[in-house]
Amino acid sequence: METATVPTGIKWWNGGRSPFNTSYGKVMMWYFLMSDAFTFGAFLISYGTVRFSYNSWPDPNHVFNAFPFAGHAHLPLAFVSLMTFILIFSSVTMVLAVHEGHKMNRKGVEKYMILTILGGIAFLGCQAWEWTHFLTGYKEVLVDGKIEHWATTISHNALGPAVMHEGRMIATPGPALFGGFFFEITGFHGFHVFSGIIINIIMLAKTRLGHFDKRGHYEMIEKAGLYWHFVDLVWVFVFLCFYLI
Amino acid sequence: MSNVVSIQDSALHHSHEAHESHHHQSFISKYVFSQDHKTIAKQFLITGIIWAVVGAFFSVVFRLQLGFPDSTFPFLENLFGHWAKGGKITPEFYYALVTMHGTILVFFVLTAGLSGTFANFLIPLQIGARDMASPLLNMLSYWFFFAASIVMIVSLFVQTGPASGGWTIYPPLSALGEASVGSVVGMDYWLVSIGLFIISSLLGGLNYVSTILNLRTKGMSMTRMPLTIWGLFFTAILGILSFPVLLSGAVLLLFDRNLGTSFFLSDIIVAGKILPNEGGSPILFQHLFWFLGHPEVYIVILPAMGITSEILAINSRKPIFGYMAMIGSFFAICTLAFLVWAHHMFVTGMNPFLGAVFVLLTLLIAVPSAVKVFNWLTTLWRGNIRFTPAMVAAIGFVSLFISGGLTGIFVGNAALDIALHDTYFIIAHFHLVMGVAAFFGMFAGIYHWFPKMYGREMNNTLAYIHIWVTLIGAYLIFWPMHYTGLAGMPRRYYDYSNWESFKMFGGMNQFISIVVIIVFITQFLFIINFFYSIWRGRRATENPWGATTLEWTTPVNPGHGNWPGEIPEVHRWAYDYSKDGKDFIMQTTPVGEEETKGH
Repeated sequence: METATVPTGIKWWNGGRSPFNTSYGKVMMWYFLMSDAFTFGAFLISYGTVRFSYNSWPDPNHVFNAFPFAGHAHLPLAFVSLMTFILIFSSVTMVLAVHEGHKMNRKGVEKYMILTILGGIAFLGCQAWEWTHFLTGYKEVLVDGKIEHWATTISHNALGPAVMHEGRMIATPGPALFGGFFFEITGFHGFHVFSGIIINIIMLAKTRLGHFDKRGHYEMIEKAGLYWHFVDLVWVFVFLCFYLI
Repeated sequence: MSNVVSIQDSALHHSHEAHESHHHQSFISKYVFSQDHKTIAKQFLITGIIWAVVGAFFSVVFRLQLGFPDSTFPFLENLFGHWAKGGKITPEFYYALVTMHGTILVFFVLTAGLSGTFANFLIPLQIGARDMASPLLNMLSYWFFFAASIVMIVSLFVQTGPASGGWTIYPPLSALGEASVGSVVGMDYWLVSIGLFIISSLLGGLNYVSTILNLRTKGMSMTRMPLTIWGLFFTAILGILSFPVLLSGAVLLLFDRNLGTSFFLSDIIVAGKILPNEGGSPILFQHLFWFLGHPEVYIVILPAMGITSEILAINSRKPIFGYMAMIGSFFAICTLAFLVWAHHMFVTGMNPFLGAVFVLLTLLIAVPSAVKVFNWLTTLWRGNIRFTPAMVAAIGFVSLFISGGLTGIFVGNAALDIALHDTYFIIAHFHLVMGVAAFFGMFAGIYHWFPKMYGREMNNTLAYIHIWVTLIGAYLIFWPMHYTGLAGMPRRYYDYSNWESFKMFGGMNQFISIVVIIVFITQFLFIINFFYSIWRGRRATENPWGATTLEWTTPVNPGHGNWPGEIPEVHRWAYDYSKDGKDFIMQTTPVGEEETKGH
């Protein structure tokens, strides 16, 4: 359904046709994404208000410096950059799937949908590794004069400022809400990626079964694409708020 | 595929297919899991009526406590068991009742019951569509609402009782099980129920917006639509953009309650025990809540405004005054709705400068509201008024909206609000302006469109008694509350006779409670009238009110697909009343050559 050439002289708003020359499904998807943007917006603004009520906050360069199989190497933001690259790249393959859909090329749509799904699964895998790294990475923390072993979880934060204790530097508890917001917001985003993968798998199945060929257009792929790009776009903001500033 | 997507053609084609298959519908697919917008509307309406009875009954029970704090009512013990030992409700149960009264009436009746009913029923019929854009999502919208209702009903029966921290569920009261019995598990049910409710509202809202934008029949430009549709359009947009923020708040609150986070908690001591929670902010929750909570009152009132505009014009036999100004003021209200939420939070210790900004934005809403009121009054002015039950209810709406709206100017001022906050003045204000007023919009809508819904008419005598008793009763209930509120009587107290300074209001409270009981009983006139008329009412004619809009061009009992033949084309706006010597001209009538130029 190419919409590049817009006929002139048509009264778009006079009824009997869509004023935007789009199907109701796409209009719905755009409004849904607006709604979802408000959900994420509320989360991120809440995170911002809490974060800036603190004088200090864990430094992302030190918090996010691990890489799988790299031991204790200090690689600030390397892993999250890889994750982000994977997700952005899956957006590229999604665009290509939509493009193949415009050309009614079923094989092409299938190929790029598979790549998009793989990209999504790879991203979720990375996120699982990162979460595991936090939840199982026990660190020594000085709590009320005693040394305890803490992981960074939804309610505990072992990444607070370090102090001198019995002749060596040791971390103290940091703002617990760092973990709270990190797991809540990346989790909520991960849930969106997960549902995007499910939607994409359904779209792939429908493509293979020839549903869209029968229907004469691949608009469903386009709508799934809108959702997928939105989830990517949200990640850009999550990335900005948690990893960069 | 052609460059121009012709929605109308595909909709026609689609519905012809649908027609074939709809002859052999089972009971389940016709009445239970129906995808017909008219049936879904009725499902919303009847579920809403059931909820309204429950919510109103709760208010009767707590009014008994407020009006007669020294008496006992043994029947309450039979009903509520240990919650009303000896015929007197416990303080915990009192708070559960007021919380549930607010939740049920605001969300389940005046949101789902009002816009769920009229958006579903009127949008396809008035814009000339076979059905909603997505009948499937429409059906799901109702069933998510149903699921939300079930969860909320279950919460009434858990051992520790339903949520009891007020319908605004402020933490820390709502976040900590230690804080009150209602916060133990009832609160989780509340949050899950509202989560389901938000999904329902989202599915509904998406459908309403895309149907209005995409499925208008030929000739039905945006500025030819009846004002009901404009009201429902802006309601849907408000819902789509504000409910997700409550969803965020509810998710964070669920985390605080069950997963050990402290998003809304900090520095808390319960019963001498210091809790470990640190760093969060209960005020943050109030911001998230009221970012929905304020648009919510417009979600409740805008459909009622649209219905009122339509009914006033029809029954004055005059075009609506200031059609474009009506749309403009809808737009202004819709925009300002998102910018005023903090006027519910003047006493949270916010920066006075910020408070002043919110005062200004709040008072600005008086402008579009006044535009609407003056337009309604000028529509009535020198009209050939027919006092049908719907018309009386619509005039009641205007009256209540003015009375309640004027006190909005009082409480919108931070300086006054600091004194009036959480007093009965607030109760009086919002019950008149959004509670009872929205109910009158709903009553007007039901009395007006009942013939289209069921093909029969409601009994007028019962309707007049119902409306007048309810209207006078509403004023008798809420007018005195302005005075008790100004005198400092705070809301959410279980028993005012414990305080010397509030003892003098005992008689007033008693009077209010008696009127509440009378008004509650009167509502059964409406319910009897409604259900009796579904089966036994006088058969309706095709266009009983002499209205111009498209729903009255369908057969008396429209089938699935609404119009048996082609969808009619529209040639004029919805308000050609008393024009060129004709009483009214249908929207489908082509414009004659000698016709005076109108809208």
